[in-house]
Amino acid sequence: MMSEQNTMPKDSNHLRRILVLTLVLSVAADLLYWFLVGPHVPPGRMTSTASDNQWDFNILMVIALPVLIGVWVFLGYTIATWSSKRANVAEPKGGAEARSNMKAQAYWIVITTVVVLFLAGFGTFELIKGDGSGGGEGPNPVWEPVGAAQAETAALSSSASWAPGKVLVVQVIAQQWKFTYRYPQFGGFESQELILPDNTTVAFNVTSLDVIHSFWAYQLEVKADANPQQNNVAFTTTKQLGNFTVRCSELCGIWHGAMFDYGKVETQGNFSTWASTTETANAANTADLPAFAWTYVPDANGAAGGYYPDGTVTPYSSVEIYGAKQAAS
Amino acid sequence: MSIAGRLATVVVAFLVAVALVVAAVAAFLTPGTPGGVVNFTNAQAAGQPVNLTVQTVGSIGTGPHPTWVSYLVKDPQGKWIHDTTWELPAHTLVHMTVYQYDSGSPLRNQEWGQVQGTIGGTATLNGKTYSQYDSYTGNGVGHTFAIPTLGLSVPLIGVSPNATNVCGVAPCHFNLPHNVITFSFMTPSAGNYPWQCFVPCGLGYLYGNGGPMSTQNYMGGFLDVVAQ
Repeated sequence: MMSEQNTMPKDSNHLRRILVLTLVLSVAADLLYWFLVGPHVPPGRMTSTASDNQWDFNILMVIALPVLIGVWVFLGYTIATWSSKRANVAEPKGGAEARSNMKAQAYWIVITTVVVLFLAGFGTFELIKGDGSGGGEGPNPVWEPVGAAQAETAALSSSASWAPGKVLVVQVIAQQWKFTYRYPQFGGFESQELILPDNTTVAFNVTSLDVIHSFWAYQLEVKADANPQQNNVAFTTTKQLGNFTVRCSELCGIWHGAMFDYGKVETQGNFSTWASTTETANAANTADLPAFAWTYVPDANGAAGGYYPDGTVTPYSSVEIYGAKQAAS
Repeated sequence: MSIAGRLATVVVAFLVAVALVVAAVAAFLTPGTPGGVVNFTNAQAAGQPVNLTVQTVGSIGTGPHPTWVSYLVKDPQGKWIHDTTWELPAHTLVHMTVYQYDSGSPLRNQEWGQVQGTIGGTATLNGKTYSQYDSYTGNGVGHTFAIPTLGLSVPLIGVSPNATNVCGVAPCHFNLPHNVITFSFMTPSAGNYPWQCFVPCGLGYLYGNGGPMSTQNYMGGFLDVVAQ
């Protein structure tokens, strides 16, 4: 028995080996992931929110990989070192002796505590920074990008306009079973196309004419519920040219699966040309649209009528009065 | 009860539960009774335009929901068929004629008052070309024929609400009040393209989008486009 135990390394050697092995493999795995996989993780980098989302996911993955590898290394080391099939291996000790390993307990508590606290802090910070969904979006935005409140307030004016550098206001109108888009800074025209300018902060104002839908522009990393008589605000800043997909992500009826379309991020010049051209081409129809408003009230009797601005929702303004159900002035 | 008996009871109960779940899922996934497919791929020589003629009726008059609004399509043999899945050749010009027998109203969203996605961005109403219709004027819009994935949408102008002798049961006779709307479009590459109405015409249902608007073979269907 004495000879068997003498052939085994000390407990501290076991732990050192496991830690070193875990560290080496983790560094290798993290580097491989960060440089080979990370840049390709969806939703990509088309917008600020997409980049943030990719960054968050990659950070979490880099933290998770060492945990995963540590568990695997420990299991593998255990099987290889203390397998009962191997000769000269002492029976593992259990009970009080195992529980009294203070070093193992300390490592476990400290490492897991640090990891969990870091993730909690990191997650909270990421949620609220950059006007994220933790407070900067929704029916009552707490934070908004610079210039957003001014642009949104001005959007209700018939003289609202857009120029490069200004926040672009886009209204997303969901209806069974199609999204349409209004551009209040271009005369309030409505279109089936969603075209956005590059390097521009966009304020999406999402509402519905009937049931609950959800506007999900996947590559933009923008997702906002479309609720009737609610104006759900979401912000992002475009960073790359390209196409993106818009889907409804709330089961909304028989043609829900067909409720998708494709948008495009264009250069600012191309966007201005498209918007001006569409404004002119749609002028006759725009004249028949209701005045631009954050929400619209359809006639619940179905085919009996059209929709009209909901006067009970105040214009976008400071958080104190927005959504306060006051009559519009 | 013996162990074998208990076991058999449990197995039978389990199988019944599974069957009920499967039936419920199947019923959810196949609302209504899907119709057949009207084939237009062999009605003309390859590459030649397809003539597609439909009529919209205020009440279909037959079947499980005789009061529901619906479409009928004229098959290549000239017979009116109540099917809303139409097989068409890919990359082919389609000349569509709609006989509109239903009355109209303002559109919930005037965006659908525009003619979009057709050849030339126009349609004709009783021979007169139009590209946009203010649904708050005239007879309003009865229905829209729209293929959202193709960006095609045409408002189908309603008949006068004061008209007498309005068609009550399909198929409607040409002597009854109606509008004739024509337009043309190109079929895309092979695939299934859902079409629908954007007028919430399911009267009596929440927001008008239940009933015939949410049941296959009434106010929606598919273009089953096949390669030739």
